[in-house]
Amino acid sequence: MIVSLSVFVAFVASTLIITYWAAKRSRGTSGYFAAGRQISAWQNGFAVAGDFMSAASFLGVVGLISVKGLDGFLYSVGGFIAYVTILLLVAEPLRNLGKYTMGDVLAFRMNPRPVRALVAISTLTTTLFYMIAQMVGAGALVALLLAGSGITYNQAVIGVGVLMIVYVVFGGMLATTWVQIIKAMLLSACTLALAILVLRHFHFHFGELFSAAGRVAYHQKQQLVSSNFLQPGLFYKPPYGAFDLISMGLIFIFGTAGLPHILVKFYTVPDAKTARKSVVWAMFLIGTFYVLTSVLGLGAAVIVGPDYILTHGGTNMSGPLLAQALAGNIFLAVVSAVAFATILAVVAGLAISASTSFAHDFWVNVIHNGEERRPGESVKVARIAALAVGCISIAIAILVGPASNAGIMALLGMAVAASANFPVLVLSIFWRRFNTAGAIAGLSVGLLASIALIVVGPNFMGIDAAGVARHLIQAKPLFPMENVGIVTVPLGFLAAISGALLSSDPRAQSKFNELIVRANTGLGAE
Amino acid sequence: MDSTENTKPGQGAVQKDWDAIARSPEFKHLVALKKAFILPAFVIFFFYYFALPVAVGFAPGWMSARIVGGVTLGYLFALSQFLVGGIIAWLYLGASTRFDALTKDILGSQAKRSEEKK
Repeated sequence: MIVSLSVFVAFVASTLIITYWAAKRSRGTSGYFAAGRQISAWQNGFAVAGDFMSAASFLGVVGLISVKGLDGFLYSVGGFIAYVTILLLVAEPLRNLGKYTMGDVLAFRMNPRPVRALVAISTLTTTLFYMIAQMVGAGALVALLLAGSGITYNQAVIGVGVLMIVYVVFGGMLATTWVQIIKAMLLSACTLALAILVLRHFHFHFGELFSAAGRVAYHQKQQLVSSNFLQPGLFYKPPYGAFDLISMGLIFIFGTAGLPHILVKFYTVPDAKTARKSVVWAMFLIGTFYVLTSVLGLGAAVIVGPDYILTHGGTNMSGPLLAQALAGNIFLAVVSAVAFATILAVVAGLAISASTSFAHDFWVNVIHNGEERRPGESVKVARIAALAVGCISIAIAILVGPASNAGIMALLGMAVAASANFPVLVLSIFWRRFNTAGAIAGLSVGLLASIALIVVGPNFMGIDAAGVARHLIQAKPLFPMENVGIVTVPLGFLAAISGALLSSDPRAQSKFNELIVRANTGLGAE
Repeated sequence: MDSTENTKPGQGAVQKDWDAIARSPEFKHLVALKKAFILPAFVIFFFYYFALPVAVGFAPGWMSARIVGGVTLGYLFALSQFLVGGIIAWLYLGASTRFDALTKDILGSQAKRSEEKK
């Protein structure tokens, strides 16, 4: 525990020094919201990778592979492949067209007030759900790892929340980016070390690892069974399993390109060319990381075993338990501290994107018609918003408690991003005929459909055995799949396209020439 | 704030200028080249990616076939996605040096035109 604490204290201390440095250096609106647009390609690549390699992927995906095998690894593939969408379709036009938020691109040729108001709502929804998921994860992690230390779930949640507020309020985007870079380095190093230890356990023969993973023994309904973890079907089962998988794929490859906290990162680099290079950096880091999750996950399945994992903290603890099994308590402590640092950094990244959207999209552009009443107003509003967002998420995370399934909330955030944000973003950039009505229809239908289907799906509805109250609504689910994307993504596109076709907006069409020139050449980009 | 920071070149351009650039042959050439790369790349990647959940979901038997040692076809197919994603990114980086050169030309002739107008 002393090791764990000292790694963590060292991380917190260095991030606070960075925050102090960033606070002194950062000047003006673009300094606060976009790190002065001075972040280099590799730095942004690490920061973007850091934003995406959340606790959900490090703890969650490794955990899923360790108990469900290949089906869990499909999450890793989706997480990596999503960046091809960002590279080909989104990063460069976004950087060339906007200043601080995704809303800049959407409002470019639309009636800005209703579009920005809706974007602000969907951004706040996405990030808040994501943030609560991370904070619940942090609290649960601490409660498990430091069980003897007297630190409770609530204290851990408050600690994460307060640190995040400090980073964001004082250090802005510059501090948040550097916190993310350091964390991405720590997490990559940690994952690599764990993977090497796993391979050493199998005498550096992949064959040994894979043949052991081909016959993992565990208990299922009191019976000892043995499964091939390299085979599909342990998690996604008929009749809906295949559709659920496709649905998950849709949410990943479109949702990631609609996540506000990922998109804002492309405004921190000097130009579109740097944005493009930074995506490739991120792909390299994320790709390596996610390939290694299969080594870690299968390693945990073989070395630790699904039975032990499920009785010692559940799937989220597979990575830390693997570290303990391979290199003792000291490595367990290091891995746990890194996982905790990961959560802290991701939460800070979410908070800055939420508060930027509130200040820039909602406060300045919706309420005050695009004019700051006095210089620096938007930064001030963003700082207050960050404080508010931090307090709200602390309160909700404490309210829902450690037992809540954090994964659902992250899933909800991704679903909204894929079904509401992504269709509208892509159509704005590439379709001349697109207009205000289309944007409003796409955003609202995507948002409402995702929330509604998740609420009537198996995450919220289900009939539990007596004494177990896992589901909020005790009834048979009305929608059979966890991942709603297969319905909501086409619905979002359909609403956006028909909204545009059913209305006419000459201004939006005449401004398309300007948009396409700016998007492709960077002319006039800030 | 949207109206106060118009300091960089291009910000002062009026509708006529944007239309002129959009209709210029150099710009049309650039957009056509980009489309010729991005569209097929996206379509290939899209179908290759979705082949994985479709195969895993609908043909788990095939995907369980062992190829080398204990490694299944499904796992190799999943791993191959990382390779395909990497190749697309690498090809795109290569193609974009051409896009950047063309963009530079367009920006150059635009700057010249606005000089002449003054």
